[in-house]
Parts: sequence; C-alpha cells; structure tokens
Amino acid sequence: MVRGLTLLFLCQLVGEAIVRGFDITFPGPVLGMALLLAGMAAFGRTGPALDDAADGILRNLSLLFVPAAVGVMQQMGLIAANWLAIAVAVVVSTVVTLIVTVFTFRGVARMQARMQARRRS
Amino acid sequence: MSDGGNIHRIWVYLAETPLLWLTATLVAYVVGDTISAACRRHPLANPVVIAAAILIAVLTLTGTRYQTYFEGAQFVHFLLGPATVALAVPLWRNRARVAANLVPMAAALLAGSLTAIGTAGAIGWALGAPPPVIASLVTKSTTAPIAMALAEGLGGLPALAAVLVVLTGVLGAVIVTPLMNALGVRDYAARGFAAGVASHGIGTARAFQVSEEAGVFAGVAMGLNGALTAAAFLILPLFF
Repeated sequence: MVRGLTLLFLCQLVGEAIVRGFDITFPGPVLGMALLLAGMAAFGRTGPALDDAADGILRNLSLLFVPAAVGVMQQMGLIAANWLAIAVAVVVSTVVTLIVTVFTFRGVARMQARMQARRRS
Repeated sequence: MSDGGNIHRIWVYLAETPLLWLTATLVAYVVGDTISAACRRHPLANPVVIAAAILIAVLTLTGTRYQTYFEGAQFVHFLLGPATVALAVPLWRNRARVAANLVPMAAALLAGSLTAIGTAGAIGWALGAPPPVIASLVTKSTTAPIAMALAEGLGGLPALAAVLVVLTGVLGAVIVTPLMNALGVRDYAARGFAAGVASHGIGTARAFQVSEEAGVFAGVAMGLNGALTAAAFLILPLFF
C-alpha cells in the first residue's frame, strides 16, 4: 500500500516538475498518469502494492470531490449573478455531451464491426 | 468554570486544528455513502451531494468560513492528484478491451470532448456570462485538478471551475442511468464511456455503482478526456 502510494505520488511529482520546468499549461497529474502507464508498459505488469493503492483510492473517488463541492457556498454570489448562463450551460452541455458521446461510440463500433465482417467475407 | 465555558474552550481549540474539518468531511461522506447504499445506489441519493449539504449546513450554523474548513479538508482534496495518476492502473488492466474498442473510443472521445467544451462556452457566451465565468465553464467536464489548472491558465477562476466540475459531475451521475435507458442504449461500455467524458470522476464513481464494465470505460474516458482537454487548450492558442 505505502509502496503503491509512493509510486503514485512520485509520478505526480515528476509530472508537476516537468510541467513547471517547461512552463506548459498542462495538468501535472495527467502527465503523471501517462508516465505510470508508460512504466507499466515497459515492465509489462503492475505490482500488488500499486494495485492496492490505486484500487483503494479509486473506490472512494466520490469522497475526494466533497471539499470542492462544499466550495459552492463560497461561490454563491458569482453563481447567483450568472445563474441562468451557468444553469443552462451545465445542464444542456452535459445532456448533449452524454448523447453525442454514446451515439458516436455505438455508431463507430457498429461501422467497424460491419467493415470487419465485409473484410472476412 | 461553567460547562458552557468548557465547551467553548474545546470548540475554540478544535476549530483551529485541521483535525476537526478533516474528520467532519469523512463523517459526512460516511453518512452520505450509507444513505446512498440504503437507497440501493439510486442516482438521486448521490453521496457527494449529501455530504456537501451536511457540511454546508454545519459550516453555516457554526459561522465557519470556507477557508477555515478547507485547511482541514485540503488533505482529502489533495488526493485528487494521485487519484488521477491511479487511473493508469484500470487503464492498463483493461488494455485488451480498451485496445479492441480503440477506434470507437477515439471517435467518441473527440466528439464528446469538443461538444462539452463548445456547448458550455457557446451557451455561457450567448447568455451573457463574463469571460472569467466562461473560462471556468469550458473545463467543467474534466476532473477537478485538471479543470482548476486549465481555468487558471485560461483566465478563469479555479475555485469556480472546481464547483462547476462538481455540479456537472453530480448532474451527469444523476441523469446518465435514466437518460441511457430512455435512449435504449444497453451497451455498458458505451454508457460508461459517455459518463466519463461528460461527468469525469463523479460520473465514473456512479458508473462503478452500476457495473464494473461501465466503471472501467468511464475511468478510461475520464483520464483520456482530461488529457485531451488539456492538450486541446495547449495546442489551440498556437492557431490564434
């Protein structure tokens, strides 16, 4: 567990250092994720310690959003002043994004299956 | 000294340590998660919403400022970074399934990510939101640490971006199941992937409640969408 957590922190630290060092607007944790993925691809496996740490943290992902959610109380003024734009943008954008994503996924998967079937026949 | 004085003294001591609000965050989450489980993970009984509602009520009643609360809660918030790194593990574990669906995923990711950014920005702009609010809106479908970093770079407000991320996540988590049922989509890989693109970690947490397969694809989508959104905002300025 501790070894796994150390590896996660280490990947994030290296990611943050590279992002800061090259002064690029890119999130350090995402670069850290890419580094960890590259590492697993290089070694060809994960370890039990890394599995434990990653599963433990991802199983309680909801918890990690609670402090940011409580931040709603601090942004009330700004949200109230722009409530219509924010409400419509969040609701419409989220619904449309869900629909566009799921139908693109299904559509392309079906197209791919048809092309593979044709190639086989 | 009276009992009231003692309680006041204990309160003053506790209110100044991170322990109080860190513990309160964990307790509120346990309550929220217990209620969610008791409601058989009904989408409306979202643990994040319940926990945040409890905490906001307690903070308001005790006259505690968010900054004071965050001094304790930051230890939980901080773990969002390592959690993002940890997404590499389910991605690696499911690489065979992911590789088999690489083309549909790439297409859906590109379409969904651009839809999320474009519609949020366009609607915010059309309804007269000021530029810092629009800059905080466009990152709403990525996970919190990514949205906050990007919003800051775009001239938005990281704190507002984090709140919009949570609102988007909660909304997506609540509507994804009824919406997909209404649309008649029964492919849990596609459903989970959509939840991850549109509503990041909170959508992913919801997807894991519904099915393991949906959760895996949601986690992959969340990671990829974070990377793609970040890359899009890194590359786009080069063309303008």
